[in-house]
Amino acid sequence: MKEETPILEVKQLHTHFFTKAGVVKAVDGVHFDIKPGETLGIVGESGSGKSITAMSIMRLIPSPPGKIVDGQVLFKGENLLNKSEKQMRKIRGKEISMIFQDPMTSLNPVFTIEKQMVETILVHENLNKQQARNRAVELLELVGIPEARGRLKNYPHEFSGGMRQRVMIAMALACNPEVLIADEPTTALDVTIQAQILELLAKLQKELGMAIIMITHDLGVVSEVCDRVMVMYAGKPVEYTDKKSLFKQPKHPYTLGLMNSIPKISAKKEKLEAIEGLPPDLRALPGGCSFAPRCSQATEICLTTDPVLIEHGNNHHVRCLLYEEETEKVVSE
Amino acid sequence: MSTLLEVKNLKKHFPINNGGLLKKQNGAVKAVDGISFQVKQGETLGLVGESGCGKSTAGRAILKLLEPTEGEIRFKGEDITGYRGEKLRKLRRDMQLIFQDPYASLNPRKTIEQIITEPMKIFNLPKQQRKKKLDRLLDVVGLSSYHKQRYPHEFSGGQRQRIGIARSLALDPDLVICDEPVSALDVSIQAQVINLMEDLQQEFNLTYIFIAHDLSVVHHISDRVAVMYLGQIVEIGEVEELYSHPKHPYTQALLSAIPEADPELSRERILIKGDLPSPSDPPLGCKFHTRCPYAEEICRTSNPLLKQVSSGGQQAACHFVKEVALEH
Repeated sequence: MKEETPILEVKQLHTHFFTKAGVVKAVDGVHFDIKPGETLGIVGESGSGKSITAMSIMRLIPSPPGKIVDGQVLFKGENLLNKSEKQMRKIRGKEISMIFQDPMTSLNPVFTIEKQMVETILVHENLNKQQARNRAVELLELVGIPEARGRLKNYPHEFSGGMRQRVMIAMALACNPEVLIADEPTTALDVTIQAQILELLAKLQKELGMAIIMITHDLGVVSEVCDRVMVMYAGKPVEYTDKKSLFKQPKHPYTLGLMNSIPKISAKKEKLEAIEGLPPDLRALPGGCSFAPRCSQATEICLTTDPVLIEHGNNHHVRCLLYEEETEKVVSE
Repeated sequence: MSTLLEVKNLKKHFPINNGGLLKKQNGAVKAVDGISFQVKQGETLGLVGESGCGKSTAGRAILKLLEPTEGEIRFKGEDITGYRGEKLRKLRRDMQLIFQDPYASLNPRKTIEQIITEPMKIFNLPKQQRKKKLDRLLDVVGLSSYHKQRYPHEFSGGQRQRIGIARSLALDPDLVICDEPVSALDVSIQAQVINLMEDLQQEFNLTYIFIAHDLSVVHHISDRVAVMYLGQIVEIGEVEELYSHPKHPYTQALLSAIPEADPELSRERILIKGDLPSPSDPPLGCKFHTRCPYAEEICRTSNPLLKQVSSGGQQAACHFVKEVALEH
């Protein structure tokens, strides 16, 4: 069902921000791949580096202060980090597109939907204006906007939140991208609308066969839509595996902590098992494992030794000293 | 347990003016349109619904931060609907609010000490007592006394919410209305704050009205839950009963739409079509009929009232649920 060669490979990506207050290692050694038609979830809390990972892939890191200091982003075997800005412009929006969390701020409020959609299409496709307009109507119909032709003349504020997100998705799909990066696409929406949008994305993925990188903080969303998952903490991937083993046997104490801290309707608990403490300041990361100060299973050695991502079990990668002794294969430094 | 708060047929309508010089009114946004419920001393009532359903407006109208258009609010047996001036000010001691956004709800120019002691100053607590109270509050919400002289921007979101909670407890209120207190927080921090709120409820014998859109959080913290849709309560009942046997189609759809973090769990999803209609022009009849998968002719013309649907006291407003006599 799925082809074996990945369409996008991110290797040892390091994106740092050089600020007056010090170097912020926003992304520090992210490593994953994604195959056509597959959905990869990137989970983490605010500041864990999930959005910066996406921005790095799109080469949208503001520089200065940001800089991709190391790593490779291989799209169909070609390293995007070596592309010129001109070449990147041809890729962005056409081969890799992105949808954002807040559709109100990512659409331009002073232009109609038509103007914004037609512009995107004209930049990338060899069509005339009339054809581009027809394509826009097709796309709006595809994402389930009723009376698509009439609504082209509307401005973003005339759409509801869910409808705006549909417009965003339609724009992202304008040129049949092979990879769609969805950065918290449903976080600003109500649950019933969220369910509609997730359903829509799954349907479109089936029809168009694109790979989706789903960035979210919601493990529920991951469980609904993803095939594989990468959990991030303080800029580093801490666990990377397929969805089933993640939920069945979470290995990293942080993943476990996250799962225990969400209230579950199916099993009501007296008390939530919260993770103590606060996420670390990325400018002054603790020596050793970044999660150690909050980890219930941390030992002396965790405070001094930074673990590496190892494969523990079948394709289940984890960055934790608890598993390092039984290491089978070291995959990253 | 005695009833602390009773709300009867509460309405809050916001007039829409036509923009002309004479400000002629040509309609109203019926944000809250006739809700009734009771809250007992020491319990937590969850108020859920999608954005725009009127849950926050309901909270504010109960606190009388907004003047109710119609209806009656009884607090500790007294009708407070008509309270004004000094009487209202005194009442505010007993009813407090925790806000959603921990960034916007704290004055950035004041220190934590000033923020938390402000309510005590307003009610003329002596300085010595204020100081003692402040230390105790900081302690119970998990902050240290060296935080006193700091400003809000020096704290993280979770810590700010703790400060907001400490402030709301400064006057020993009976009722705390929590308006989406954890929705701006990360999950690991969210769990800390929920646990804190539960501990404080025990310790200070607080009554909560917990307004939220996150159904899992509401399930965790509430004793009873009311589901709102377009300004009305469509279903209300004990939390376990309501979550395991939702009777109203909207509650059913809402519950089936929550993504649960368990891929093994297979559920049938009821997808409801379309968006929430505008509260300024709500549909006639049952307000949910435009999105309801079971809607029939009667739903388009007559608005169903809340009726008993289980012997345990669960109520739902739908034409197609059977009425059940209440067990005594």
